[in-house]
Amino acid sequence: MQERIKQIDFLGLILWVFRTAIIVAMLWGTIATVMDNPYSAKAWTDTIVAGIAQGSLYALIAIGYTLVYGVLFMINFAHGEFFMSGIMTATIFIAQPMSASGYLDRHPIIGLLIIAVVTMLVSIGIAILTERVAYRPLRGAPRLVPLITAIGASFFWQYFFQGLYGSEVKPFPQTDILTGKINIGGVEILKTQVIVIIVTVLMLIGLYFFVVKTKTGKSIRAAAENKDVARLMGIDVDRAITLTFTMGAAMAGIAGVLYALVFRQIHFFMGFFPGIKAFTAAVLGGIGSIPGAALGGLFLGIFESVGPGLFLEGLGVPSPHQLKDVIAFTMLVLVLIFRPQGILGEALAEEKA
Amino acid sequence: MSKRLFVVFAALMVVGMVLTACGPAGPSYECTDSIGCVTYGPEEPVRLASALVISGPNTDLGVDSQNGVEIAIDFKGDIAGHAIELQAEDDGCSAEGGQAAGQKIVSDPTIVGIIGTSCSGAGVPLSKVMSDAGYSMVSPSNTSPALTNPDSAWNPGYYRTAHNDKVQGKAMADFAFEVLGVTTAAAIHDGDPYTEGLARVFADNFEALGGTIVEFTAVNTGDTDMRPVLTAVAAAGPPELIYYPVFTAEGGFLTKQAKEVAGLEETILAAADGMISPAAVEAVGEAGEGMYFSGPDLGFENELYNTFLETHLEKYGTEPLSVFHAHAFDATNMILSCVEEVGVVDGEYLHVGRQALRDCLDATSGYDGITGTLTCNEYGDCADPQITVSQLTAGEYEVVWP
Repeated sequence: MQERIKQIDFLGLILWVFRTAIIVAMLWGTIATVMDNPYSAKAWTDTIVAGIAQGSLYALIAIGYTLVYGVLFMINFAHGEFFMSGIMTATIFIAQPMSASGYLDRHPIIGLLIIAVVTMLVSIGIAILTERVAYRPLRGAPRLVPLITAIGASFFWQYFFQGLYGSEVKPFPQTDILTGKINIGGVEILKTQVIVIIVTVLMLIGLYFFVVKTKTGKSIRAAAENKDVARLMGIDVDRAITLTFTMGAAMAGIAGVLYALVFRQIHFFMGFFPGIKAFTAAVLGGIGSIPGAALGGLFLGIFESVGPGLFLEGLGVPSPHQLKDVIAFTMLVLVLIFRPQGILGEALAEEKA
Repeated sequence: MSKRLFVVFAALMVVGMVLTACGPAGPSYECTDSIGCVTYGPEEPVRLASALVISGPNTDLGVDSQNGVEIAIDFKGDIAGHAIELQAEDDGCSAEGGQAAGQKIVSDPTIVGIIGTSCSGAGVPLSKVMSDAGYSMVSPSNTSPALTNPDSAWNPGYYRTAHNDKVQGKAMADFAFEVLGVTTAAAIHDGDPYTEGLARVFADNFEALGGTIVEFTAVNTGDTDMRPVLTAVAAAGPPELIYYPVFTAEGGFLTKQAKEVAGLEETILAAADGMISPAAVEAVGEAGEGMYFSGPDLGFENELYNTFLETHLEKYGTEPLSVFHAHAFDATNMILSCVEEVGVVDGEYLHVGRQALRDCLDATSGYDGITGTLTCNEYGDCADPQITVSQLTAGEYEVVWP
């Protein structure tokens, strides 16, 4: 007993030293940067806006992780591939031909809507197929089994689409109405970034109301709560799970369209890193919580964008932007030390953890 | 020893002698090479391996070189009656890929030489692995200064027909300072030895000429959002020119986003030979119009190159995809002619000493290839470097300097 107390104290001490060191380094870097003041106010706002836009994409993808985790308690590592598959297909079969024929310039809004719908449909199709073939047969298996399957599914889709569309980087056409900047309250913001932020907010609000207010949403929540009881109450649990994947994939599809608008360059491997980052965002916000995923994504995007300039520049680290992933994951560790359940996560019950 | 046992032994010995006598005449050649020999039996092909990037966003770069290798093998035909066979590996354009390809190649003792790697980042581990195992490699497109620097990543048995980036970085600095007349510049790399080395050489030479490097920074491979780093570059200057000798994916993002960052609208963009390919033209899109690229001079004025181009069109149905096919052709020929030179023909057998092969490659001097007259120095730099700067005009690379 005595030994055990000593051990806990020792571990606690290490954690305490660790988090103090990180916080001191962050504060030190921030103060040094502010004193040195290398960036103008405009540079800061640009960086923050870029971070919000990037964070919005993470948030949309993170929703998929959080929804599936909420219902099935599994980490769907193939989710990044749902994001990639839709926009890859839509770019090759819709966006590029439409751009080549000039249709996209003549009717940009209809064109973009068609692209968005096709992207979502393909993403949803891939998600439902993956769920049916790879996850449903393993519903009762130990938790590690679907996790490994998900990683396998992720690789499968990556190389499937590489084989289908080729491995080179593909351009996404630029539309005239989304080129340039607009002035919002004295701040110049890229139109594409504005679109990303607005669409994300609308999608998140829509999703929240769907899950909280509608009957279908209720069936999903019931399945998340307790599948056996939900089944006894006459809820088709399999349908609820399919719906969960559908919603997650639709969000990933939209994220794909927004990604293509902002970065205008796509690739079969493009789902991997955003997938990992969005998973991080979901954990950061509290996995299983929809507002948590949104907040986590935003938090991660802003820290990645601002962090290198703010913390590392002041510490005199050379080429700080190369280390933005380090900042992102240090944040994750830091948040998890203080709040193991994530920013908005509730303490998980034994069964869910 | 009992009598019976003796009889059994004697019988075995007799049978053994008879079998030996009846078997095919064994190789009478005794290998005296300090790091071993490769022996090819009757009908066995001479085996080469390539380790080039043949997947991912830089596929064009590797496939271009691989085509050069295959054409060189076709031209050569055979060595002392042994056909030539190529085993193509993928270097993945990464350290992990180079390591994996290297391990796979050195586990095959029938491979005599390696053509590779495409990327310097993959070349660093592969050079170590193959050198320790006694192999020789000639790279068509590694350009990082580190690879032929004995204090850094050089290993015995490493050679290259590509230029050293000491030359390329200096050419770009000269062009920027003297031709474009810019005095402030920034350099961005992605942490890969090729990109970091080239950016560093450019920055050093630009400063030596009297210019100012306002920012020397890096992105991460796989990054998509370059606005924060570009904003930092703009805040530090903004420079008149940004040189980012990176690869297609990151280069595409940098090119497109640079035009959207306040302060960089008028900045001249420049990249390097890693981004001279059709895929890179697609990736940069309209944003890349007018940007500059440093790279090897392809205006080879010789009959051999014309024959090469004709064969390429016939065999693959296209013009070359990137800029290192001729270097790959020369690299393959260097190995093959040395194998021919040091190979000991013993009836239907061919023996090649691995150290002898290295000595032969070391002694390469005044070798007439497509890319010029090749002469290897003691650390494996064999190129006859001719660097040009091209400008992207209406989707085509047009040579503008010198």
